[in-house]
Order: sequence, then structure tokens, then C-alpha cells
Amino acid sequence: MIINHPLLGPRDAQEFTYLGDASLIDRPDWQAEDAQQQFYEYTYLRENPAGEHRELWFHEAGDRSWLVVTRNTLTHEISNVEMASDVARARGRSK
Amino acid sequence: MSVHDLKPITPLWGTAAQIDNLGDMRISECPDWALASIAARRGQEDAMAAAANKFLGVALPDVARSASKDPFTAFWTGPHQWMIEAPHDTHEDLAAQVKSALGESASVTEQTDGWVRFDLEGPHCDDVLELLCNADTRTMEQGDVTRTQLEHLGCFLICRAAGTHFSVLGPRSSAGSLHHALITATKSAT
Repeated sequence: MIINHPLLGPRDAQEFTYLGDASLIDRPDWQAEDAQQQFYEYTYLRENPAGEHRELWFHEAGDRSWLVVTRNTLTHEISNVEMASDVARARGRSK
Repeated sequence: MSVHDLKPITPLWGTAAQIDNLGDMRISECPDWALASIAARRGQEDAMAAAANKFLGVALPDVARSASKDPFTAFWTGPHQWMIEAPHDTHEDLAAQVKSALGESASVTEQTDGWVRFDLEGPHCDDVLELLCNADTRTMEQGDVTRTQLEHLGCFLICRAAGTHFSVLGPRSSAGSLHHALITATKSAT
């Protein structure tokens, strides 16, 4: 499997490690009224789609950046690769 | 008690750098280089780039590239991160010099003793490196840099002259394994 790194171009998947669902970027507010419920869902509940899935990959043997990879779990086709820092900022995170 | 008779040793535990000549290929241990890494602090990317340009005499290089201006070489290691290389004899305190030049715009880390540098020289560099790593060295031009896995070790690969001179920077504590891999691949490929 080849991941098309936004900065470095096509790289073999063996250079990367997989973390999981990209929703991990959206860490809940620990001061919210229902923080306990939100963290329960954040920690344990995952979608398990048969099809497009957005997930976090770490370029461990490369430039060590975090990526958000959109991958089809049925075909392993990768349709989009973004820098996770860009995705997080676009979602209102400061870093 | 202070000890005054300590002798510095190279990453391969020698008192002098090891040079291996295998046919028309040469593998040299290069212990005479000081290293420091720089990472821009958040929002300080432009300030750091300007200060680094002033200190180095050359602009920080683009993604996967290096830039040189005697006595410095800077190469890209990741987003907003670079490594600076300079001769150890004159820049033993490289990290301190870089820190005083970049100030609060950057985090600077001493890297000299974390790495071993081997230079691979000769006409068969591509034949050797294609046995060792994923990097497509035949497409690399002078000044290109990539990080790749070599003998299961995360290494920086710097193209000093296309096809004929590459530097491999790997973890110093695995210098023996990396040296063995380079020797074995060179014997196999030539």
C-alpha cells in the first residue's frame, strides 16, 4: 500500500504506523457538563464503516508528521491524504 | 574526583575514523561533524527563518532539501524542523551558537553524539543503497535529503553528489550494525 504524503510524495505504508479513527482529533472539553459521557464515547466508541474511513497515520520512518488518510476499508484505495495539523486547525484547534 | 585522561572514541569505538575501501567504493566513518536540530516555535516560523538565514548565510532549505554555505549545511527533517551540520573542530558548541542566533523563535537541541555519519562514495552508490532502503536514490539530485529505514534503523540519507556520494546519518548506538549493513551490501552489489 502506498500513501501519497502531502509533502514527500508517494511513500510505502511500511514507513508509517497506524493510530486509528481521525475522530481522535476532536478531544472533548474536559470542563463540559457531560464530560464523563463525552470521554466515554471518545475513548471507547468507534464507527466501523465498510467503505470510506478517515484515519490517523504517523510517518514514523520519515518526517514524523501525522496525516489524516481517507481509505476505503473494502478496497484499501486511498482517496485523500492531508496533514493532520491542517485538519485540526480547520476544525478550530489552535495547534 | 575528576578524570583527566579520558580519550574520545568514534562511534565504532576506534581512536581514529574507520575507512573501508572495497574495490572502487569507499565507506568512511565521519566523526568530525557537530549537529544541532532546530524547530520553529508556534507562530515564530518566519522569525526563525529570517534569523537562521542571517546566521547560516543561506536560506533554510525547502522540503527534502539541504542548503550549504561554508561552514554550515542545513537539511530539512520535518515540517518547520531542520538539522544544522558544521565542523566539530570549530563548532563544538554548535547548539549554543545556534540558540543564541535564533533566540526565542526556535527550540534548539544538541544532536552531535546521537548520530553516526557514514559517507558512501564511488560509482556504485545506487546499486548499494537499493539493497538497503526504500529511497529511490537514482532520482536524487545533489542536495536532496530523505529519511528512510536502513537495516531497520531510521536514517537520514543526504545526496552530496548524484549517484556517487551519499551520507547516511543513523543512530550512533547502532553504528556497528549500520556499518555492517553498508559493508555487506557494498560487497554484494559490486
